[in-house]
Amino acid sequence: MTGAELLVKALEKENTEYVFGYPGVSICPFYDALTKSEIKGVLMRHEANCAHAANGYARSYGKVGVCAVSSGPGATNLITGIATAFADSIPLVCITGQVKSEHIGTDMFQEADITGASESFVKYSYLVKNASDIPRVIKEAFYIASTGRKGPVLVDIPVDVLLNEGGDFNYPESVNLRTYKPTVKGHAVQIKKVITQLKKATRPIICAGGGVISADAIDELRTFAHKYNIPVVTTMMGLGIMNSYDELYMGMVGNNGKKYANKAMNESDVLIMVGARVADRAVKQPDLITNNKKLIHIDVDPAEIGKNAGPSIPIVGDAKNILEDLNAFEDEMDFTPWLMSLLKYKQTREEKLESTSKYVNPNELVRDLSGKLDSSYVYVSDIGQNQIYSCQNFIIKDNKFLTSGGMGCMGYSLPAAIGASMHDRNVIAVMGDGAFQMNMNELSSLKALNGKIKIIVMNNHSLGMIKEYQHISYQNNYTMEELGIYPKLKHIAKAYDIKYMLMENMDKEEDMINEFLKADESVIMEVMVDPDAFTAS
Amino acid sequence: MKKIFSVLVENRSGVLSKVSGLFARRSYNIDTLTVGETNDKTISHMTICSSGSKWEMEQIEKQLNKKLDVIKVRTFEEQNAILKEIILVKIKYTAANRGEILEICQLTKAEIVDSNKDYMIIYLCAEPDKTTGLLDMLGKFNITEVCRTGTLAMSKCSLGE
Repeated sequence: MTGAELLVKALEKENTEYVFGYPGVSICPFYDALTKSEIKGVLMRHEANCAHAANGYARSYGKVGVCAVSSGPGATNLITGIATAFADSIPLVCITGQVKSEHIGTDMFQEADITGASESFVKYSYLVKNASDIPRVIKEAFYIASTGRKGPVLVDIPVDVLLNEGGDFNYPESVNLRTYKPTVKGHAVQIKKVITQLKKATRPIICAGGGVISADAIDELRTFAHKYNIPVVTTMMGLGIMNSYDELYMGMVGNNGKKYANKAMNESDVLIMVGARVADRAVKQPDLITNNKKLIHIDVDPAEIGKNAGPSIPIVGDAKNILEDLNAFEDEMDFTPWLMSLLKYKQTREEKLESTSKYVNPNELVRDLSGKLDSSYVYVSDIGQNQIYSCQNFIIKDNKFLTSGGMGCMGYSLPAAIGASMHDRNVIAVMGDGAFQMNMNELSSLKALNGKIKIIVMNNHSLGMIKEYQHISYQNNYTMEELGIYPKLKHIAKAYDIKYMLMENMDKEEDMINEFLKADESVIMEVMVDPDAFTAS
Repeated sequence: MKKIFSVLVENRSGVLSKVSGLFARRSYNIDTLTVGETNDKTISHMTICSSGSKWEMEQIEKQLNKKLDVIKVRTFEEQNAILKEIILVKIKYTAANRGEILEICQLTKAEIVDSNKDYMIIYLCAEPDKTTGLLDMLGKFNITEVCRTGTLAMSKCSLGE
């Protein structure tokens, strides 16, 4: 078999369904071999979006996302998508074609040192030298991407290696890497210490992050919280862990989070951080957080523990395993009085939304829209004000909420939504006019796939978040934030043959949301929002 | 604080760049770095001396452990290790200062390993503070070239493996 055929066979063994990609000369042998497989190639319109689409697919279906692009600019374009996945610990296997082995290092046409260039954004990378190595490398790549702290793995394959004979296909049964043994099981002594610490507590709180979703530990976390009535806050990456109607849920923390969520976390005496980095967006001064409380930090990545805040009780391991172990304890504890005081405070802080007649109120829109979604929906938000409106107001049942949390990569939502829509999920993508214009080329791939994505473009003809920042930090010296009134979204929708709706104000909001959700096709709904509105009150 | 990282890595191309890249990307200092093959041809041994805060030293160890090409990381403080460094110094000498240079060599146990009528190369293998001391003493002469290996370190026998 050729290297390309071995690669396709290996992907089949890993139950790959889709390869999001963009061809070029050096990856063509792979796409040629792929036509003989059940695996579908999904042609995107830009390489970064191949990784974003694989990212959306991985997060929506709990699988490893796969993308394959060509050498040189194809590979360098992919880097933004790889970095986005790395920052959010999303498992991807990214395959890049490379110039012929003998030409590596000669600055050949379309040569880029992609293993070198992507080094700080990948969990691991390979430059494959022999066709016969491909099955082992792919087996290892999937294993590394999907275990421990998940992340993208890059496999760079020179075109001659794809074309060369690599022998029969023998897929390794297991992986044996002497340098990679992620800790899965939490240390029993440390776990016992958590219970002991909780017994001494009067105001404990759980802060759950993306690691809980990544470890498939949502049920275990909810069980743990409910067992002792411990209030829960989440980070932005942790949205979706708790149901909005759960009385234990105090909302999202951070500088864009709920005031009562931050207050609850600040006033706690024991903070149990699960699968969260104690990062700067979630905690204002991470190094001060332990001043008045005990920090219990549970994370699969030992390097995250103690990086931003020194914990009293560190536990390294898989969140699912550790929470299962914690749930096995049968100690009597109940924190209802603390919970009641938080709920009382929360009630006084629930914001009343004020509608203006001239524009659509984006907060209200997200609330009304998300209130109508069943749990099959994946909600993908982009970056900017739309992200803040979304995560502050999204009423979560058992939905997936996707956004580029760590990297804050504008343009993420449309390609990620395409990846999320590959199967049975209903998908809503929410973006601003800035993010829309970064990646509206993907409307073409959406149409080619016959996809049904509901797209909301919050249009304020400007980069609202930048404007807001210039308002706060640069004395209203607005610059480089004006996007103007073009393109006319109506005409863009027409060009791609996509149903278009326009919501100018709140007058017909409910009817329009109903029509938008009911449509059995993709829809672009342009929502006019106040160019002078800010997310922060 | 100063810390010595004794790191066993896969002996593959690109690994040195991955390890040094980690230091660059996270703004950690590398004071010296030496690397060489071990008795097992698939494994290389890196000795990295770094200085910074206690927090940085802990982070370096954790981040090194996270690298998939790193097999084992050991750290030790200077007092618990045998430290050696080689230094080579080329000097353009004159008849007038030749005697003084020889005296310094005698004092520091440095050797003259090569010479002609104008130049000599002085060699010393010793603890890093002694090699630095030699360089200080030779500073007033016409030094044309200096080469140092960086620190090699191994934990003392009393600490076991």
